[in-house]
Amino acid sequence: MRHWQLSSAAFALLIALVLSACGTQAPSTATGGSNAPAASTPATEAPAASTPATEAPAASTPATEAPTCGTEPVTLNAYFETGFDLPFKLSEEFSRQYPNVTWDIKQDQFTNLINATPRLLSGDNPPDLIRLPTLATIARDGLLKNLDPYAAAFGWDGWPVPQLNQARVAEDGTRGSGSLYAMGLNYSLTGIFYNKQLAAQIGMTEPPGTLAEFEELLARAKEAGLLPIMQWGSAKSGMGLAFPLQGLMASLGPVEPINDWIFQKPGATIDTPTNLEAAQHLQQWISSGYFPPDINSIEYTDAAARFTEGEGVFTFNGDWQNAGYDAGMAGNVGFFLMPPVDANGSPVAMSAPLTYGIAANAKHADCAAFFLNWVATDPAAREINVTVGGSNPGGPADAPIPSVAAGSVTNDTLAAGAVIGAAGTSMDFIANATSSIFAQGWTPELQKMVGGRQDAAGLLKAVQEQYERELSQ
Amino acid sequence: MVTDVMTSEHSPPARGATRRPTRTYRVRREQVAGWLFVLPALLIYAVFVLVPLLLTVGYSFVRWNGIGPMTWVGLKNYQTVLEVPDLIGTVFNAFWLVVWFSAIPVALGLIVAQVIHRVAMGPLGAVARTVLFLPQVIPLVAAGIIWGWLLSLTGLVNELLRAIGLGPFTRAWLGDFDTALSAVGIIGVWVLLGFCTVLLLTGMSKIDEALYESARIDGAGWLSEFVAVTVPLLRYEIGVCLTVTMIAALAAFDIVYVATGGGPGNATAVPGIQIYVLAFSQRQIGLASALAVLLMALVIVVILPVQRLSRENP
Repeated sequence: MRHWQLSSAAFALLIALVLSACGTQAPSTATGGSNAPAASTPATEAPAASTPATEAPAASTPATEAPTCGTEPVTLNAYFETGFDLPFKLSEEFSRQYPNVTWDIKQDQFTNLINATPRLLSGDNPPDLIRLPTLATIARDGLLKNLDPYAAAFGWDGWPVPQLNQARVAEDGTRGSGSLYAMGLNYSLTGIFYNKQLAAQIGMTEPPGTLAEFEELLARAKEAGLLPIMQWGSAKSGMGLAFPLQGLMASLGPVEPINDWIFQKPGATIDTPTNLEAAQHLQQWISSGYFPPDINSIEYTDAAARFTEGEGVFTFNGDWQNAGYDAGMAGNVGFFLMPPVDANGSPVAMSAPLTYGIAANAKHADCAAFFLNWVATDPAAREINVTVGGSNPGGPADAPIPSVAAGSVTNDTLAAGAVIGAAGTSMDFIANATSSIFAQGWTPELQKMVGGRQDAAGLLKAVQEQYERELSQ
Repeated sequence: MVTDVMTSEHSPPARGATRRPTRTYRVRREQVAGWLFVLPALLIYAVFVLVPLLLTVGYSFVRWNGIGPMTWVGLKNYQTVLEVPDLIGTVFNAFWLVVWFSAIPVALGLIVAQVIHRVAMGPLGAVARTVLFLPQVIPLVAAGIIWGWLLSLTGLVNELLRAIGLGPFTRAWLGDFDTALSAVGIIGVWVLLGFCTVLLLTGMSKIDEALYESARIDGAGWLSEFVAVTVPLLRYEIGVCLTVTMIAALAAFDIVYVATGGGPGNATAVPGIQIYVLAFSQRQIGLASALAVLLMALVIVVILPVQRLSRENP
């Protein structure tokens, strides 16, 4: 008898694992959620306490009475991501300017947040503001507030288009167009950081203008006995080779099919001839020893630290790491965008909003929306955004970018952001296409490529199969 | 409440109540009291074990993302689990872990316990027991990070290899396809050896010394004593060790999650990790439940013979 209890107790742990997510939300919630997030529903819930939604003004003329936080005491219920100072600093500044607003902030690790978001949104005390890593499924389930009325009231519709595109979800569940379900606190940019000292050592006087020039530099670094590229790749951190791979994809081919795939457009595939070429380049980089041999066990933080300590001439990363690089290797770090194949072509970049959304049943949705608008438009908020967050604060096209300390790599990334904005060559991240394409597709398959157990064609085929399997569920 | 029960006991006598009704009455009363004592635990067991168990079986027949509507799909989830190589492949990894989590700790535990029991029952033995049992006390997440450092390319393990001239064998143990699963297994040995040793040592101290004496009179050496007396009399303890460690291997999650997260590739992916990823990351509750139910069936199939063996009379 005792043994049976032992085994069933151990098994119960496993079961609890599976069920702790769904136990709290019985099917009763499910039926509530099955009502598709019809675009019309939120309009009836007036975005402004004073003005009915039906009088929401057109995009061109911002509302005279846009929603505010009022004068009564308000406590915003927020969920932020652990390890990133930006939202905390912004919330402090917001309360300084609007003393009636206080914050009840909970925080969690990114991966935990991904898993917990549906429960938090459908729970009894839904957050007014929450960091949203992926949003298509939860928007489809009706858990997020449709922000269209706010966009109209605040004039967000008039902001540069790519900013808001990634946070739009159409009624068929595809991203990239349709109603707005989240806003970015800022807009991150990825590219190639380089160690200026080591780059000088291999004769790099200016950033490479073409892919061929970049590959020439990688070869020279290898010859000089340096590690050409520092990158992470453990399953726990997620495979960092997805960054150079996507850079190569967009360098060798057009950006639109990649975005279509990420946005789950019908019939989209990642297995295209130019993407195959990109994967072949990456495979050749791996076999040439351009990455650390132990990449499959390197964590993100370790890679950032090792690059800062002078291991690696280049590293593919995003501007969220600016502050870390500035602190660890002040004045010795530079940034450039993934160069095009052709010297006349445009550089490309992954750029994604730091998305925050509002729960469908949030108590203080108006105030949360007002905060999101404030982050993008208030000069003090934009200042914090750039100095703490390191990324472009977005907002209206004519809003000035706050100044940055001379010598900071943030100057390089902001300038690069302007280039990408003008060229229109930004993409979302291929790891964001579905909720587990990164953990179940890119990461294991790229790790296999490092281990010599997967080739370029097999990589794309395997990821595409995982993608279709997930979409069919 | 008790009086209520007592009055109701006066109605028709229960089975077996033939000659002495007063005694039966007392036994019945004790039984009821016993059930009342067990009731809170039973309720908790039902709510947190039985109900989730039944729900999991139920979920395994539907397609559900945890929030939206459920769709009945019959046995399709089970079919998918058996067809997708990445899912069913994890079971083979789990069996390889049985060697590391179960066979080695139990075998090694027997030897270590025997040595402690024979050679060092004093303070030295206490220190040895404490050191071996420590991994059960250290939070596994911290242990996972330390093992990550030890087994990294520049870690202590590789430093030692280089120091003794085995430089060519150095590698990122947890990041290499050929060694990752076994490296995880070694962490499992470290975690489970202490548990097995302490349990077996307790069993050994219960064995009657007279048995060893008579064996010695019959001319038995150290080894024959161990094989003919110690091991057969530890049958029950060994059974418990095997049961616990085999379940730890087949249903492994924590050790693998903190050490490798299932990588590289799917080299260390075990059913526990896949269930977690399917349920929480892919939000395929139905598929995750089907894999969980299959895993339960597997555990039962593997554990039943062990139970049978350890309970037979020696």
